[in-house]
Amino acid sequence: MQTNGGKALMKSLEAEGVEVIFGLPGGAILPVYDPLIDSPMRHVLVRHEQGAGHMAEGYAHATGRPGVAMVTSGPAATNMVTPLADAMLDSVPLVCITGQVASGSIGTDAFQECDTTGITMAVTKHNFLVTDAADIPQVIHDAFHIATTGRPGPVLVDLPKDIVDPNNPKSHFEDYDPTGHDLPGYNPKVEPDLEDIRAAAALIMESKRPVIYSGGGILKARAADALRELAELLDVHVVTTLMNRGGFPDDHPLCLGMPGMHGNYTAVTALQESDLLITLGARFDDRVTGRVDGFAPGAKVIHADIDPAEFHKVRFADVAIQGDVRLTIEGLIRAIRELCGTGAQPDRSAWKSTVSGWQERFPLFYEPWQEGQGLKPQYVLEQLRDRSPDDTIVASGVGQHQMWASQYWKFNHPYTWINSGGLGTMGFAVPAAIGAKAGMPDRTVWAVDGDGCFQMTNQELVTARNENLPIKVAVLNNGYLGMVRQWQELFYDERYSEVHLQPDLPDYKMLAEAMGCVGIRVEAPEEVQPAIDRANEIDDRPVVIDFRTEASENVYPMVPAGKTNSDVIVHPTQEATRK
Amino acid sequence: MNAAHNDRYHTLVVRVENKPGVLARVAGLFARRGFNIESLAVAPTDNDNFSRITIVVDVESAPLEQVVKQLDKLINVVEIRELSPADSVERELMIATVEVEAAERGQIMDLVRIFEARVLNVGTSAMMVSLSGSPTRVSDFEQLLRPFGIIDLQRTGKVALLSLDRT
Repeated sequence: MQTNGGKALMKSLEAEGVEVIFGLPGGAILPVYDPLIDSPMRHVLVRHEQGAGHMAEGYAHATGRPGVAMVTSGPAATNMVTPLADAMLDSVPLVCITGQVASGSIGTDAFQECDTTGITMAVTKHNFLVTDAADIPQVIHDAFHIATTGRPGPVLVDLPKDIVDPNNPKSHFEDYDPTGHDLPGYNPKVEPDLEDIRAAAALIMESKRPVIYSGGGILKARAADALRELAELLDVHVVTTLMNRGGFPDDHPLCLGMPGMHGNYTAVTALQESDLLITLGARFDDRVTGRVDGFAPGAKVIHADIDPAEFHKVRFADVAIQGDVRLTIEGLIRAIRELCGTGAQPDRSAWKSTVSGWQERFPLFYEPWQEGQGLKPQYVLEQLRDRSPDDTIVASGVGQHQMWASQYWKFNHPYTWINSGGLGTMGFAVPAAIGAKAGMPDRTVWAVDGDGCFQMTNQELVTARNENLPIKVAVLNNGYLGMVRQWQELFYDERYSEVHLQPDLPDYKMLAEAMGCVGIRVEAPEEVQPAIDRANEIDDRPVVIDFRTEASENVYPMVPAGKTNSDVIVHPTQEATRK
Repeated sequence: MNAAHNDRYHTLVVRVENKPGVLARVAGLFARRGFNIESLAVAPTDNDNFSRITIVVDVESAPLEQVVKQLDKLINVVEIRELSPADSVERELMIATVEVEAAERGQIMDLVRIFEARVLNVGTSAMMVSLSGSPTRVSDFEQLLRPFGIIDLQRTGKVALLSLDRT
């Protein structure tokens, strides 16, 4: 049967199980938007292409299925660069379709032409420029395969207008269903080697101060249950990096929470004082390690990852296990059970009491609110956490509010925390929350945002209202680019340079209302709970709460840049009583 | 090339799919990860579906293991082999135009004979010569030509194949 490129694209996306496409049409992608009318796939019309990309990411984070974004050529494609880079660094499965000028015009500086595959080469796992319409079914099939297997990541498919335009003979071809993939250079190793697993198990059996250092790979590999089984079998503590919040329940007695630059004291110090890091789907990011040459100096390292390029990249691994981390953990559980039959694990009671001593001495801490101050952001987050459903999905922007959200929320379920970890993309929260809501419509989705971040992407609330994706946004509005302000206070002698925004400009309540949302402003602590309760009851439109927070509040603990994790600073009040 | 030179530069033979943009992907990877390329030669193989890229990598810029593993992540890269000089036959081609008056051509001709090089072109006050051989030999030849005054010079970069088994 004859088909054309545009129809074939729709059929291919449907065959991959795509339910929702986030996008915005334009000249070069126009022919594809016509057959979209007849497709059962939902299209969410965004207000900026960057929003489409982050929505697709939020969708992928929340559902585990690949997110799909579709935009036109030129400026639309360049607007997609940030989400692609974000998805690349956080290993988010994404397929992005971009329009391109007609193949005969490529290279002529045509209207809305840019070298999309050239520009996005460094920010995608792979990309395709399709020049023959008949390749479309195979390329789309390959794109989803590459995006979702091995270490997941973004894949871009650039489609010249002529090969998707039914009025152009170049778009016509005999329809077919692709079977398999002809990708001779792509064969990710999924099954870990048994000897590596046994070597790792042997190290664990010798270790007196082991810590499981779990990263975002746990969530990608759907390994949260396996991780829990391993931790309980070993009775070993687990730290959950920013990318793995929720991958091990915060309410579990073995959970130490987030390590790193703004991790809690115990998580940071447990890694630092450990004699064995059982690293599962984590990559020794600089935000976790601090100064690398002083990171966990007494620790041997087991490093399990699907991407072998992570081994020894930052930290030498005594045992490296390449493969799917869920299969690795299941293998470790079997190997440990075998070994436990022949001998018990060492006595770790001294280490455990050291760890619980840290937890008692250095819990997360903030000074209570005093008259005349703005709201304490930590208090707002505690209330939001306690008054929202246990399985609420939280999406965050980047900065102080992100760190507080990660610190103060209790993530007891996987896939409830969505943030931009690697790239640190301000403005991520609102569109990511919308994408999560599109994938998980029955769940409560809160975006926790800062006022700086919110001003970057808030126009997507129009999308949220129009598409009936009623997310809720908590803007922690301190009138500052807060994290930058904190650094200027601590490391630049309080010389504040270009960090002051205006808490009243824009008027967030009016802005929200103008975009069809409910806008609420909260200035006093006693208004916090009622406002959250009201927001949680509204389900027919998005809600924005403008929480007026205290501008002088800093995020603690903190490992200053260039320092080792042994130099972690706790809250000044705790610091005063430390020694 | 001395021993230190050999430690610093490693030869990777990379089989890639013969598709548009593959060289850009490889070059872009080296650029963005801060890996230095000493030389690079690329051409199709006997199989039209694949090209072969011979890259001499400066491992002072990054550990060879990282270079190999990052390269391997490129979807179009099919196979990577490291060839050590001891286990491989290496060749490089150089062509050079040397400033030389007619009266002194004999000196160049001596070098051409010694190195079994070739004369490609002769002008009134210059000669064009070529030599293919091991990269060391090509470097020696280049060094001896230099005092005459090199007007133009192009080396292809090294290509290499695994030595044959003789057991």
